[in-house]
Amino acid sequence: MSVKQTPRGATTSTVTFKQRFNNYRDHHRAIAKDSLQRLLATPIPTLMTVLVIAISLSLPAGLYLFLKNIQSISGQWGGQAQVSLFVRPQVNSEQAQQLAKFVGERADVSHTKFISREEALAEFKAQTELGDLLAGLDENPLPAVVVVYPKNTDLAAVELLRAELAKLGAVEFAQMDAQWVQRLQAMVALGEHLVLALSLGLAFAVLLVIINTVRLSIEARRDEIVIVKLVGGTDAFVRRPFMYTGLWYGLAGCIAAFVIVEALLLWVRGPVKLLSELYASEFKLQGLGFDLFGLMLLGSVTVGLVGAHLAVGFHLRKQNNV
Amino acid sequence: MIQFEKVNKRYENGHDALLNINFELQAGELTFLTGHSGAGKSTLLKLIMMIERPSSGRVLLGQKDVSKISRAAIPYFRRRIGMVFQNHQLLFDRSVYDNVALPLIISGYRPREAGRRVRAALDKLGLLDKETLNPIVLSGGEQQRVGIARAVVNKPSILIADEPTGNLDPELSAEIMDLFDQFSQVGVTVLIATHDVSLIERYDHRVITLQGGQLIEDGYRNQEGPL
Repeated sequence: MSVKQTPRGATTSTVTFKQRFNNYRDHHRAIAKDSLQRLLATPIPTLMTVLVIAISLSLPAGLYLFLKNIQSISGQWGGQAQVSLFVRPQVNSEQAQQLAKFVGERADVSHTKFISREEALAEFKAQTELGDLLAGLDENPLPAVVVVYPKNTDLAAVELLRAELAKLGAVEFAQMDAQWVQRLQAMVALGEHLVLALSLGLAFAVLLVIINTVRLSIEARRDEIVIVKLVGGTDAFVRRPFMYTGLWYGLAGCIAAFVIVEALLLWVRGPVKLLSELYASEFKLQGLGFDLFGLMLLGSVTVGLVGAHLAVGFHLRKQNNV
Repeated sequence: MIQFEKVNKRYENGHDALLNINFELQAGELTFLTGHSGAGKSTLLKLIMMIERPSSGRVLLGQKDVSKISRAAIPYFRRRIGMVFQNHQLLFDRSVYDNVALPLIISGYRPREAGRRVRAALDKLGLLDKETLNPIVLSGGEQQRVGIARAVVNKPSILIADEPTGNLDPELSAEIMDLFDQFSQVGVTVLIATHDVSLIERYDHRVITLQGGQLIEDGYRNQEGPL
């Protein structure tokens, strides 16, 4: 019995998708390694570029951390935010106490404290040297005060509560005793905008640094690019080693920035601890954290890749068809 | 394989590098391209390499009009053309092996398959014992052969050589010409640009001569009868 055999071509020419993918991956690995070796071969210029990137990254990151820490301090003090209701003089003590009870029963209020006119006077006398001055007056000028401790100590919520309580008939006026915290938070919000603007500006600076650095390494490999293009290299092939150069710069810059910021934190940790102990505060210095580090990493790697892509693009366009 | 139809090339500065060029090279044909410097040899090679595009007329590679090849597709067409450069154009930051392997790496070959082909090419050019060396330590003739190995490693259907025997002594030139002959015998279209008249006279190959951008001669010099 004769078996009919299908003619078979050269087996080496059939390349499966998996093999193709493996080749591509191996090629990328080799290029990545080569790019890294080229950077390490010139350690001083590489280090300088990395440091420029690191400083540009650590500046906004450091500022952002500073703001975040201030925010957490003010958040803690915001927790003690309270509303003082100054009771109208024509309201008598009993009515004022009823007001305190009424407000204290609200769902958003934790508890209230009633300070009668007499108590207010006594406290005033005890705390200041002006008691004698008041003694000269016919009657006690101080109003009764209901101090309201809100359940939700979020500043916006407290402000809402204050506005509502101010509308009560017996209340002369309502004051939130956290206005400085509010102002601080407004300043922090402004600071955040400035940090964002600074970050964008410095990201642009890093982009220019990377473009220029990659441009120099392109110049050094100018002949190679011409040859690669003439033997059929695509633009992507030409671009690849420089993309890895950009990637390495981004990574190294980010890690160096991380080290700089953490070193700075370590440096101020002692004094901050002393300060917070003096204020009997629970305050703990916040570090970079995973989120912020991730954001820095993403940003610097993106800038590295975009910079490299642009630099090679400029060169290829200048080189025209070759 | 290579066909020029009424090809004109005028550069942006107004210089006419080629005027109404017509010729056709068959597969497996070995042809000399000659003429004084400035006659248009380089421009003609650049048109074949798709570095420049014709101002008018058509350049066909295989059956494909190069003007219709998109910029992104050019690299894939160039992989079918082997180019031997006048000044070798070797990379001195890597070994002979890596220089020759470059076109294969670019084409995405598997390392083992690439290695087989690189060694076959090096073997053919008598460079097998030099594969680990840096080309900078090689002689001019050896460097030229590395350049040829790189040009043929991808098994191109067209081989272009720009002054391949430029700085070589006659003996080495003859060796290299023999190699080109062998390639043409296996079906490769070989075009050798040279102004080395003695080289042309020594062989019985088709000669295309350019002068001032015009084609003034196309035929066999050593044969009797009309061109």
